Amino acid sequence: MNYKQFPDDRGYYGQYGGKYVPELLMQALEELTAVYQDARKDPAFKNELDMLLRNYVGRPTPLYYAPRLSAMLNDAKIYFKREDLCHTGAHKINNTIGQVLLTMRMGKKRVIAETGAGQHGVATATVAAKFGLECNVYMGSEDIERQRLNVFRMELLGTKVIPVQSGSKTLKDAVNEAMRDWVTNVRSTHYILGSVSGPHPFPMIVRDFQSVIGREAREQILALEGRLPDLMVACVGGGSNSMGLFYEFLNDTGVKLVGVEAGGYGVGSGKHAARFQGGRTGVFQGAKTFVLQSTDGQINQTHSVSAGLDYAAVGPEHSNLRESARCMYSSVTDKEALEAFSILCKLEGILPALESSHAVAYLLKNPPKKGEVVIVNLSGRGDKDVQVAQEELKKNGII
Amino acid sequence: MESSRQSRIQSLFTNLRNAGRTGFVAYITAGDPTIEFTEKLIPVLEKAGVDLLEVGVPFSDPLADGPVIQDAADRALKHNTNLDDIFSMIKHLRTSSELPIILFTYLNPLFQYGVDRFALSCKESGVDGALVLDLPPEESAEYKAAMDKNGLDTVFIMAPTTSENRMKLIADASSGFIYYVSRTGVTGEKSDVSAEIGEKVRLIRSVTNKPIAIGFGVSNPDQVSIIAKHADAVVVGSAIVRHINEFKDSSDIMQCVGEYVSSLVQPLKNEDR
Repeated sequence: MNYKQFPDDRGYYGQYGGKYVPELLMQALEELTAVYQDARKDPAFKNELDMLLRNYVGRPTPLYYAPRLSAMLNDAKIYFKREDLCHTGAHKINNTIGQVLLTMRMGKKRVIAETGAGQHGVATATVAAKFGLECNVYMGSEDIERQRLNVFRMELLGTKVIPVQSGSKTLKDAVNEAMRDWVTNVRSTHYILGSVSGPHPFPMIVRDFQSVIGREAREQILALEGRLPDLMVACVGGGSNSMGLFYEFLNDTGVKLVGVEAGGYGVGSGKHAARFQGGRTGVFQGAKTFVLQSTDGQINQTHSVSAGLDYAAVGPEHSNLRESARCMYSSVTDKEALEAFSILCKLEGILPALESSHAVAYLLKNPPKKGEVVIVNLSGRGDKDVQVAQEELKKNGII
Repeated sequence: MESSRQSRIQSLFTNLRNAGRTGFVAYITAGDPTIEFTEKLIPVLEKAGVDLLEVGVPFSDPLADGPVIQDAADRALKHNTNLDDIFSMIKHLRTSSELPIILFTYLNPLFQYGVDRFALSCKESGVDGALVLDLPPEESAEYKAAMDKNGLDTVFIMAPTTSENRMKLIADASSGFIYYVSRTGVTGEKSDVSAEIGEKVRLIRSVTNKPIAIGFGVSNPDQVSIIAKHADAVVVGSAIVRHINEFKDSSDIMQCVGEYVSSLVQPLKNEDR
């Protein structure tokens, strides 16, 4: 089976995906699809993107062998793909730099974005500043509280951060508000959606821009180990860093792929964001996919210590990869993620984002065997999380 | 055959055309603040001159709606108002009313209920059709088939951004009427009426002769008059929902809402077409 054949021309990944949006947005999605198809064939677009990824984002990012963590985990060979070393501190800029080039091609002068942890907001604010575009970022007021540093960074970059007070005041509500802005200003504005979620063509475009992570990792691991890894692990909120790492390896079926969702206070508690543990198929924010919801189809409020994973739906391609059993999905709790956060600081001198700490926690819970080659996507750095981590580590008795 | 008989909605628009009159469509959110209230309100609206009613199914994440209807949905969801509550309320209402009614909903509540079961429940309870805000015709095959099979109307939206190519697609998928959203944006009241309405509606009429209801932003009798020049029916939503909430603690709330809606309907009674 060719796992890289998706989406089909209707924007479906198997039975998931599609374009479930109000009519007001259909024209914008068609325009975006056309502009993207056109850009993809244009060598000048690829050259400009490659140049920016190299000179502005700082790619390629290193594939770092983690000796002390490896020694702790049965002498497996654990590598980190260091997306935390990208400009702005996370993988998110791989996508925003691509989408801002599409915005320029469409001749639009204004961009908007949603953000949870603030990383996608910062990455959007950054490219908007660089290209001289007006930028508004929608952010849940609860997330503003726990990610103050990133809010100030966006403001420094000239972006207006708009607090969202509705619903759970987190990522899903920020997406609703960004969509409302987009339906109102669709003629002048491009919505730089930050994950492999939402209506087609977003899941495809974001995946394609993020797949640079896996292309580099493949080349790097072949150079370092002379073979492909046994296992790759990444956290899954909407799912962009994991899709970015996994995509290039989808047809290498000997490589086991694991996505790690946010287990919050535990899947049994109901306070979590593990869509594949507690969710079922639904239609939410533009796509048919796995959604945490009530019997009546109302969207559940979610919980995670990590704002970037605190989201009720997952990108549609992940739903299909789970269904075809090409990827395996697991979850870790807040506490397990915090422990991993702390261990990685002490063992490797790397301060990971709380999101990425979920991927590390999976390895601690499921240690690989001796000699197994593992790549973990270190999707972002944890500077933004220091304040929350201090409180939460104490609360959980870790420090 | 089910489909050869005129639906309540089709009869309404035939009658309106014969009488040379523009219809009035009201939107309310079911269960705002309770389903019992909604059941009492509907006959009041009918008496005030409403020709067709859109009953909103509350949804937790109404991304096409402005704050007024978001808040109404929140109030309705405090009591977990769901599709079964709405169907049984309308079934009860049907013992005394022939007012054409469509459900105005987001897809997920309908999808979880089951598309076939939804269509059957519409038919059994006396709902005449539905409009699903986040379901474009491209994704609607299964829904459309289930609704058609049960003789129910499927209303789709056209917008100022809709291309001519899509107009044809949407017109073909629509039955009963087409809902033209008069401006970009979410639901809610606006002081001005978009200047491009006339031009757009002429374009729509060049691809279809199905009735066109126009809404989004309409909140006073003057706007109703202006829109009526172009429309087979005028839709008012947020302004009515806001009114209901403002008078929710008043003992004569039904009278207040009834009088307000009558004032909106009034310009359509004096029409000279």
